[in-house]
Amino acid sequence: MATTHTQRTAKLMVSPSIILLLAWMIIPLGMTIYFSLLRYNLLSPGTESFTGLDNYKYFLTDPAFFAALSNTLVLVLGVLLITVIGGILLALLLDQPMFGQGIVRILVIAPFFVMPTVSALVWKNMFMNPVNGLFAWLAKLFGAQPFDFLAHAPLFSIILIVAWSWLPFATLILLTSLQSLDKDQMEAADMDGAGMLAKFFYITLPHMSRAITVVILIQTIFLLSIFAEILVTTNGGPGTESTNIAFLVYSLSLLQFDVGGGSAGGIVAVILANIVAIFLVRMVGKNLEA
Amino acid sequence: MQQATLNQRKILTSVLAWLIGLMIFFPIFWTILTSFKTEADAIASPPMLFNFSWTTENYTEVLSRSNYFLHFMNSVIISVGSTILALIIAIPAAWSMAFSPTKRTKDVLLWMLSTKMLPPVGVLIPIYLLFREWGLLDTRTGLVIVLTLMNLPIVIWMLYTYFKEIPVDILEAARMDGASLKNEIIYVLTPMAVPGIASTMLLNVILAWNEAFWTLNLTAAKAAPLTAFIASYSSPEGLFYAKLSAASTMAIGPILIMGWFSQKQLVRGLTFGAVK
Repeated sequence: MATTHTQRTAKLMVSPSIILLLAWMIIPLGMTIYFSLLRYNLLSPGTESFTGLDNYKYFLTDPAFFAALSNTLVLVLGVLLITVIGGILLALLLDQPMFGQGIVRILVIAPFFVMPTVSALVWKNMFMNPVNGLFAWLAKLFGAQPFDFLAHAPLFSIILIVAWSWLPFATLILLTSLQSLDKDQMEAADMDGAGMLAKFFYITLPHMSRAITVVILIQTIFLLSIFAEILVTTNGGPGTESTNIAFLVYSLSLLQFDVGGGSAGGIVAVILANIVAIFLVRMVGKNLEA
Repeated sequence: MQQATLNQRKILTSVLAWLIGLMIFFPIFWTILTSFKTEADAIASPPMLFNFSWTTENYTEVLSRSNYFLHFMNSVIISVGSTILALIIAIPAAWSMAFSPTKRTKDVLLWMLSTKMLPPVGVLIPIYLLFREWGLLDTRTGLVIVLTLMNLPIVIWMLYTYFKEIPVDILEAARMDGASLKNEIIYVLTPMAVPGIASTMLLNVILAWNEAFWTLNLTAAKAAPLTAFIASYSSPEGLFYAKLSAASTMAIGPILIMGWFSQKQLVRGLTFGAVK
């Protein structure tokens, strides 16, 4: 049906977006790759020289990199574990008939809209602070020693904070998927005398599996880049105990002005994210055809 | 008999759900509550629930002392500005892909999506250096540009899924009746597209308002939005709980209210139509 004329118009309408996104992706990414091959420090400008893959060699053999890589994985997996399991349970609960369902939903969803710096600081100061925090008071109430969360379990504390922010997202998506579950199927299972657990594992969970995968993939993309929460709570410390790759790249490049090393780290981060992105894009693509 | 157990079960679920809901919401509630305490009451042990002397002095102090209004306005300008700019670029693209798709439309859409998955640290240094070169560091213009490009894929995707739902038959009927492309857009398409555009706008403002990588790395004092301003409380100043709470409450208040209206769009916008 489409004439050449309308086709040309259509191209004209899409091209600004394509050109902008291409520029936004290709130019800076190309520059990062180029910088990653240079010895380039902002503190000694004009001394840039080509060093080949040396930056990668330094970055990948730096003990800080291994710490950051394992912290990144622990952070992502920890948050995923809490939010996916918590999200499934919460979605199941919120799907039941209850009084004031709308309000409960609003309460559960709220943390997602709190900006990362606020949630991190509120948790850090008003809950996890070993002197004035609520957790310290609770500990004393039960006769226990207050625990200095961010000093002694920094990564775990950050996982808690981030999980609080993302639990609503997982819950909301899983609840949406749960609500499209065929009720007839459930009734049929009831007639056949299927128990609660059987119904969950044979009907509900398979139905939700697609949504669960989507939640995992999307959260992973965002969680790989966690930054603000670390910056305002621990600054990556103590030592490198709570430094993830995003934070390591930031501190290499903007605190130590090592453009070459930071760029190499950035490219490593891009490769890590791409491994996840390939799966996500493929899933979304399949859904587009259907 | 069965009715009674059903009711019992409903009450039980309600109690459990309310308890968990309140627990999840508690940090926000506690922040709002603390913002009305004096600094001494804020750190009192045992913590004071309602039995403190209510005060609004934290709000007046935060507002008067720290240029709070400037940062608030920065947040408004950056989030709304980048959203509108993204919409202007995205609407034609989504429109043409939804109504005159070609063989490559699907690939283009997926490619756009994949740009969103580029971790920001991968391009931090070039953007920082280019912005320094162009004098865009710590400017609202700079942030509007970055956030526009960052959220453009999501905006295009959301609009595309909304536009896809507009029945094409109506367009063809209008065309048969001799409507020109211009009239088609003004009288047929726009009224049906407005709700989708509004939803997209709402979600994007929220995402831009809370964005905390670029805003923290590309701003200092002048153009810092609330995300970056609040981060300055991570210094010992953060120990003033009541003031931190007042600043936080004002920073999350508007977006919390908007967010509650956007639950459905959230699912659509952040799952790229993969969950319905």
